[in-house]
Amino acid sequence: MSQFLPESMLPFISTSIQLLYLVAMAFFIFGIKRLSSPATARSGNQLAATGMLIGVIVTLFEREIVTFEFIIIGLIIGGVIGVIAARTVAMTAMPEMVAIFNGFGGGASALVAWGEFTRAGVEVALWPGQDLTTTGLGILIGSLTFTGSFIAFGKLQGFISGRPITFPFQNYFNFTLTGVILVLVGFFVFDPTNMPLFWTIFGLSLFLGILTVLPIGGADMPVVISLLNSYSGIAASMAGFVINNNLLIISGALVGAAGLILTNIMCQAMNRTLGNVLFGAFGGGGEVVAAGEIGDKSVQETFADDVAIQCSYAKKVVIVPGYGLAVAQAQHTLKEVAALLEEKGVTVKYGIHPVAGRMPGHMNVLLAEADVPYDQLFDMDQINPEFSSTDVVLVIGANDVVNPAAKTSPGSPIYGMPILNVDEAKRTIVFKRSLSPGFAGIDNELFYADNNQMFFGDAKKSLQALASAIKELD
Amino acid sequence: MEELIFNLFIFVLASFVGFELISKVPPTLHTPLMSGANAISGITLIGAVVVAGSLDDSYAQWIGLAAIIFATINVVGGFLVTDRMLEMFKKKKEDEQ
Repeated sequence: MSQFLPESMLPFISTSIQLLYLVAMAFFIFGIKRLSSPATARSGNQLAATGMLIGVIVTLFEREIVTFEFIIIGLIIGGVIGVIAARTVAMTAMPEMVAIFNGFGGGASALVAWGEFTRAGVEVALWPGQDLTTTGLGILIGSLTFTGSFIAFGKLQGFISGRPITFPFQNYFNFTLTGVILVLVGFFVFDPTNMPLFWTIFGLSLFLGILTVLPIGGADMPVVISLLNSYSGIAASMAGFVINNNLLIISGALVGAAGLILTNIMCQAMNRTLGNVLFGAFGGGGEVVAAGEIGDKSVQETFADDVAIQCSYAKKVVIVPGYGLAVAQAQHTLKEVAALLEEKGVTVKYGIHPVAGRMPGHMNVLLAEADVPYDQLFDMDQINPEFSSTDVVLVIGANDVVNPAAKTSPGSPIYGMPILNVDEAKRTIVFKRSLSPGFAGIDNELFYADNNQMFFGDAKKSLQALASAIKELD
Repeated sequence: MEELIFNLFIFVLASFVGFELISKVPPTLHTPLMSGANAISGITLIGAVVVAGSLDDSYAQWIGLAAIIFATINVVGGFLVTDRMLEMFKKKKEDEQ
């Protein structure tokens, strides 16, 4: 857009652009800072969006930009798709949405590296080695984020089996492939006009994204999405190195750090190392039942009327929701039950395990959608000391995160995983369809405990029955 | 080479800022944090605009167009969906009033 301005202004423009990039960066940082409290989070997000708007508008004044048809068409198409997607997506499908957006972000970064490279034409032979290195790495990380995210999306949606898809020597193969690509990037730095080499790097990187996500089980997708989020940030940073733009480098680094922290939190919550998640092919989806374990123990069954009485005369009830609650679309009914209990003077709290949903913090969003106030939502560390003084715990659609085997049986695959200590409460009531094990395929001792009762059935129907039973008590 | 080193300094320092900022975000807000951060990673849109808006090579412009579409979906969709989520996080007191 700078061609429309008088010649005398040109020297000031590039300085102004850089200064405004600095402003945009400050907006991003303050935006993320405000995300640390639910009260300020919304304005934080708007601040970051404003920063983005500033960044894009300012870029239009770059001297290199002389034509706007492609820019306008691209912004309109992408904007319309983005608005429709953001408006229509169900909150339960948020992990899929983030996976797809990640994929587009990573893909865009790879395309920017490719576009810059193409734009330079034969002049790439004059590019310094560092630019060629970042171009190669940008294409590698961007492409693998792109295909990896779409595989993750497919797994979450159920287009692709959630079970780990494995073949012999898979990990060795993936390691070797990564090594080969890096070596090829090395060759590319010395021979940048060799197009077959360039295409091989591009193709293999896309392929690597598919291969690295395929062997990861559906239950580990929260970790993978966090990690891909981090990659998409690093890819943006790499694109920033290629076009030598500080705003891209900084923003990409911020996102890269965010993704890494969330990845780490999710791994800790599942008591797994990142290496185990990526290469362990864990999490079959419940098929690997340890047969014979279930038969010889008995459970106490309970029904809506009895649950209603126990809850209504309790002082404190803690609700432990799991993803099963969201699958049954029962969040709103749950909120209704909680409201009825509160009317009777019962203290109601929600105890939320970090892996309760399908991405970090997912359950909190699902409950917020059902109008559950966030000050009733408690993290694992906050709620665990309270269970011993809790009268009734309602476990709804959760299983492994309340399994005492994580504390008591060193042989169990989930041993060492931090859990919600619901077994310390006076009474636990588990809402469940049947006695089938959770994703880890492990029997749950909690079900057979003396102070536990099972309320069998679909979560939504059970909660509806409970709500009407509580109303009848009046 | 100096430029690369300078950029690396910026990258590393920004990562530290990122770690500091994000470790203060409570688990309740992790999903919006992730989708918001995701939207910020769409900053690559700036690079896409440069590629699509220069006249050096029409083939590169088409690549730039694809990059703009991808990045805009990421940016617009990401910020809007984050806003939609955060709008739902209300305090109980506000409900009662």
